[in-house]
Amino acid sequence: MAHKKYILGVFEDEDVVKNAVTDIRGKGVNIHEVYSPYPVHGLDHVLGYARPRMGVAAFLFGLTGTCLAFLLTFWTLGFDWPMNIGGKNFIPFPTNIPIVFELTVLLASYGMAFTFFGMERLTPLSKPVIFDERITDDKFVMAIELGKNKVSESDIQEALKNSGASEVNLKEI
Amino acid sequence: MQVVSPIREHLVTGGKNYHDVTDDICKQVEGAPTKEWKIVFTIALLVFAYGGYWVYQTWWNGLGVWGLNKTVGWAWDITNFVWWVGIGHAGTLISAILLIFRQKWRTSINRAAEAMTIFAVMCAGTFIFLHMGRPWLAYWALPLPNTFGSLWVNFNSPLVWDVFAISTYFSVSLLFWYIGMIPDLATIRDRATGIRKVIYGSLAMGWTGGARAWARYEDVSLILAGLSTPLVLSVHTIVSMDFATSVIPGWHTTIFPPYFVAGAIFSGFAMVQNLMLIVRVVYKLEDYITIEHISLMNKIITVTGSIVGVAYITEFFIAAYSGVQYESYAFLNRATGPLWWSYAAMMTCNVISPQIFWVRKLRENIIVSFVIAVVVNIGMWFERFVIIVTSLYRDYLPSSWAYFTPRMGDIGDYLFTFGFFFVFFLLFAKFLPVINMAEVKAVLKSSSSEKPRARK
Repeated sequence: MAHKKYILGVFEDEDVVKNAVTDIRGKGVNIHEVYSPYPVHGLDHVLGYARPRMGVAAFLFGLTGTCLAFLLTFWTLGFDWPMNIGGKNFIPFPTNIPIVFELTVLLASYGMAFTFFGMERLTPLSKPVIFDERITDDKFVMAIELGKNKVSESDIQEALKNSGASEVNLKEI
Repeated sequence: MQVVSPIREHLVTGGKNYHDVTDDICKQVEGAPTKEWKIVFTIALLVFAYGGYWVYQTWWNGLGVWGLNKTVGWAWDITNFVWWVGIGHAGTLISAILLIFRQKWRTSINRAAEAMTIFAVMCAGTFIFLHMGRPWLAYWALPLPNTFGSLWVNFNSPLVWDVFAISTYFSVSLLFWYIGMIPDLATIRDRATGIRKVIYGSLAMGWTGGARAWARYEDVSLILAGLSTPLVLSVHTIVSMDFATSVIPGWHTTIFPPYFVAGAIFSGFAMVQNLMLIVRVVYKLEDYITIEHISLMNKIITVTGSIVGVAYITEFFIAAYSGVQYESYAFLNRATGPLWWSYAAMMTCNVISPQIFWVRKLRENIIVSFVIAVVVNIGMWFERFVIIVTSLYRDYLPSSWAYFTPRMGDIGDYLFTFGFFFVFFLLFAKFLPVINMAEVKAVLKSSSSEKPRARK
């Protein structure tokens, strides 16, 4: 399997890494990804990523839950086996609302969560590419793939150092 | 750039840097169990085993091992059920509602509070299975196609709403808890070796901490919080409707939904306070669970305690104002009848005791906070006992009136859930990160006593 070569800029501070992203992208360098131990607000914006829209998945799955719940409650007690319970309607709208609400929330939550797992390829058996084990501890790491950049290796290293990286490493994966 | 407010107390003290946070929290997971942990775990295990014996007695001999009688058909089982569900609510409240309101102080306590939710709801569920008498038929409560003809559950029944509400609440809380833990599990994975690396690696599901993943993760967390907030309110509202939709004087009250929700937050926060004070000392986490956290939780306890106080008085007023003699009698009998002591305990523990937190010195005192939190939990148990037993033991027929006395079956089953709760909570505290490292690191720069510096 062909190996890919990455330059890794290691940073100590979230503000420094955010400014570095702007600097380095301004020099025409294509950044593979920036890794951090916690969510850095605005980092996705400076990297030029589109706003995450997990709410769309939540809405669609929630709507499915609502429809399923209405179908379940109406069909079972309204058509499949109507029972006279204290003279109540066979299809009582208000008393089915709790069921509809709960199933809406259930499907919206799980549907969105599994969409997220799928988009991020998060599975118990996945073998992630870990650029630096300190990413999940205290370092902010900018990974730049050499093969995808026209800027020379030395220029990228120089740019990383100038923008505040405490270390610049090379890694082949 | 983050803004540091000069008037806010620091949420993390001791001049911690990011690496210190990782070290401090992972230390519990990576090291051998401490002596204190072993002692407490052994006690919890013994209580669990003893309670387990009474669960066996309950299922083998039937509900006769409980003190139920001709009028009191529900007593400790539902009292305990509602109490445990209420305990669970603070976890979701801290993680969901405080997340929506961007309250940074939640970061140190949300993980343990969510764990508390999961185990408390499991304890609550235990009483559902226990009071069924025939737990092997529990699946009858689910809308499954069956062999009795096309017979379905009655969706008009609050007890069926309960099945949906509690199971949805449990599963969504579990999901919220787990998703919140993924980045921290990855931290443990990256520090571990051997079999531990494999286990934590599979639990972390390949998390790498990329900016795109974090953005989606935060979006998911916020939407889950938005979904959980009405969910948590709906659960206790539905639990209260088990009573409110009946025709029993003392139960048939429209104030029940908000009153139950306030009570749940009240008792839940008291339990979080107890657990966090223990975790703080045992795991030496004084820099993360600070006096500021304790004080803020005490403020919530005082507010919600006052809300339930207003609810108690409103109930009394409405009973008198309604002009229904049965309703008026039920409430007068609660306060002055043979079970007056339970009413007095409820009022003292829930309404009067938290008011001492108006004094700053007491609000910031650890021992006082711990004691009052225990008192509040006792008081909230009495609240449910008062609602259930004092409404039932004197029904419309004075010839049926009886007094309720618990038997060993009632007490043993309650002990079982205590043992269960603490066994699982201690296992959680040993094998999983008890404080949300990623979120604490995120607020470190704006809420620490010093600016985080690089690791030496």
